[in-house]
Amino acid sequence: MRRAVVTSAATAAGVVLLLSLKPHEAAGPAPVIGSGSGSATGSDVSAPSNAPSSGSQSAAGPSAAAAPSASAAGATRKVSGDTVNTRYGPVQVQVTLAGSRITAVDVVKYPTSERRDREINTAALPVLNQEAISAQSAGIDVVSGATYTSDGYIRSLQSALDRAKG
Amino acid sequence: MLRHAEPVMGTVFSITVRDPTPRTPEALERIVERLHRIDAVFSTYRPDSDISRLDRGELTPDDCDPDVPVVLAACRAVAAETDSWFTERPGGRLDPSGWVKGWAVEEAAGLLRSSGARHYCVSGGGDLQTSGGPWRIGIADPWQPGLLAAVLAGHDLAVATSGTAERGAHVLDPRTGRPATGLASLTLVGAPGTGIARTDAWATAAFAMGPDRALAWATRRPGIEALAVLPDGTKRWTPGLPGHLPASGPADWRSAVG
Repeated sequence: MRRAVVTSAATAAGVVLLLSLKPHEAAGPAPVIGSGSGSATGSDVSAPSNAPSSGSQSAAGPSAAAAPSASAAGATRKVSGDTVNTRYGPVQVQVTLAGSRITAVDVVKYPTSERRDREINTAALPVLNQEAISAQSAGIDVVSGATYTSDGYIRSLQSALDRAKG
Repeated sequence: MLRHAEPVMGTVFSITVRDPTPRTPEALERIVERLHRIDAVFSTYRPDSDISRLDRGELTPDDCDPDVPVVLAACRAVAAETDSWFTERPGGRLDPSGWVKGWAVEEAAGLLRSSGARHYCVSGGGDLQTSGGPWRIGIADPWQPGLLAAVLAGHDLAVATSGTAERGAHVLDPRTGRPATGLASLTLVGAPGTGIARTDAWATAAFAMGPDRALAWATRRPGIEALAVLPDGTKRWTPGLPGHLPASGPADWRSAVG
């Protein structure tokens, strides 16, 4: 049973990390999914997996996610996944668990592509992997998009916003 | 709240002012006048525009509207800043549109500011300048009309998106003369002070660069962040882009959608 929990946790983490590979040295804003604050199997990130429009960062797919190589008992432990070959190169993740809760996830092996490319790929930003967002629901004020033609504008979100708040 | 949508330059300019002053309506009239004047001088679709006549050799730069040499100088500056991935002669013909639209947005924003307004947003067909805020800015999903690829938020941001969704592959790669096809859309976010004229022109240049070069270029350049949507729907972004995400996260959006 415990083994099953660990497996699902590691799988979830693997999927998450394939979505947004976070390097140890990543600078900038707090990683949104990096070191968790006890969000179990990542309830805040599991939803995107059913998103109809999520980007193909997820192309490596859940099936490629890591299987645990350890399942020791104890309060806190680290579980390393198998190395997975993604379209970007080999990836290996390590999950830190407190009981069955993920407290941290780390990428211990990255694709060995050019460093700049890696940094760009690795900013943790699951928001942008979210399902496509409805404009009205997102409460937006304005839309940035590829140049509207006058005809295109009529069908555009911006047009709807302009009309709605007349 | 004051809103206005003005069809001009083959697109629509959308203006929102949250704190209009008694002078703002007059400023709006001047903006409309100014936008149509810019179109008359710079349109490449009008054979009688200064730009068309300059291109045909019927005018010298000195004969043109005084804005013309200023704009052409700005184009050359952007070309230098982008390693010549921007050109005022895409496809060989004189066409400074890559600078003019964003600059027109900036001109409109300046007139609003002169009227005393501080919280406003001007969009020229999806390339926008905000003042004050926070403003929540949806980035159109290039593959799903009516949906957004992301939501950004902030104060005093400039946001420009270049893409193929609306007009097909229309941005030419100046190195090959052929349409750039490496991206579905590229959004640049200019930090306060960058301005939409530059942000917009840079977005055109960066789109032509393709994803790898564009993201590396934007990462190197202070005050600019980028979000790229690739032809296969993959999204990539610069390390600083998360700094422009709204405080409310995806969970809030999802509950709002549900």
